Amino acid sequence: MSQSYDRGLVENFGRWTEFSAGMWAWVFHKFTGWVLIGYLFTHIAVLSTAIEGASMYNSTLQGLEALLIVRFMEVGLLAVAVFHILNGIRLLFVDLGVGLDAQDKSFYASLILTGAIAIGSIPTFLGGI
Amino acid sequence: MSTHVSESESEADAATDQQDRPAAQQRRVEKKRERHEQRERASDSSETEGQTILLKVFRYDPEVEDKREPRFDDFHVPFKKGMTVLDALIYSRDHYDSSLTFRHSCRQAICGSDALFINGSQRLGCQTQIDDLDQPVRVEPLPHQEVVKDLVVDMEDFYEGMDAVEPYFQEENLPSDLEEQRQDRANREKIKMSTRCIWCGACMSSCNIAAGDNYLGPAAINKAYRFVMDEREGEAIEQQRLETIEEEQGVWRCQTQFSCTNVCPKDIPLTEHIQELKREAVKNNLKFW
Repeated sequence: MSQSYDRGLVENFGRWTEFSAGMWAWVFHKFTGWVLIGYLFTHIAVLSTAIEGASMYNSTLQGLEALLIVRFMEVGLLAVAVFHILNGIRLLFVDLGVGLDAQDKSFYASLILTGAIAIGSIPTFLGGI
Repeated sequence: MSTHVSESESEADAATDQQDRPAAQQRRVEKKRERHEQRERASDSSETEGQTILLKVFRYDPEVEDKREPRFDDFHVPFKKGMTVLDALIYSRDHYDSSLTFRHSCRQAICGSDALFINGSQRLGCQTQIDDLDQPVRVEPLPHQEVVKDLVVDMEDFYEGMDAVEPYFQEENLPSDLEEQRQDRANREKIKMSTRCIWCGACMSSCNIAAGDNYLGPAAINKAYRFVMDEREGEAIEQQRLETIEEEQGVWRCQTQFSCTNVCPKDIPLTEHIQELKREAVKNNLKFW
């Protein structure tokens, strides 16, 4: 063995089509986690306009809510948060060693529930624009 | 496992002892039956007889000029009923290219030498029926380990992890004379699945945490589980084992992706065992005074 060959990362994300349920759950959980952290900063930024007084806060929020893209992003944010919560509950059960045989089913269930809640929220978020 | 069992026979015993089987195995048997039924519907099984299958095999050899660039070689192997991927590889080596290199020994899924990356999943070559795979069959060395030559990977990291958990029975207070160290049935049942590990390294290769880290790996933690849960071992050694597995590269690296559980050729519920050790580790450190 004079030299050996490392295939690097080709077998990692390049094989995403072969990922199983548990792997996707992990990928989505990481992704939604980072999105929520990112949102936290904008959340604080928007809320801190209240330091300038009530009118400043109101006008900022009204300005943001008038934008269609913000409305859509809110639906996305809800979907991200709901998935993170549901998968978090799934992980809690995994940590407790409950229903490990059904871990793939519970992942699909949380995906479907997330989709349903996100679609159900569209009238609320996109109403009155 | 590699020796051919006629479909009707395997289905019959699938029906009889369905309850005794671990969930992973049951799932696999079910999938197998589904695929079999699909094929039955699609074509007469006599058609597969006399067919050739296409095997795409990863080739690499740093010592040969023309093989320094990794590539895939095609082998056309005449199909025989009950042929496994390992059988096809052996045929290719014996008939086409004697330099084709791969590890194998017992050919019945117990030596753990021939874990390969077959059609995008870690499987034992001797346990995988060609009949169950989509064509062409792509055979690669295990991912996340360095390739030494062709399908042979460097297993040093894997063995290091295994050694780190001291995978052997240790008890200082040995009974005197000829007294036996009995284990009760319930305790044996608890560790039963974990004793089935054949050190093939499929789990370690499937784990993408182990890929980027020095993570002990599912197999090593499973070994630790086997001894931590064994009631015949004393307090002191159990404490020492728990300390090993809760180190930085131990159980807490596991992110419950279930990759190892999905690929384990022995159907060991690895994630379950790792999770149980996590709970043991927490319990071990909790102090209420």
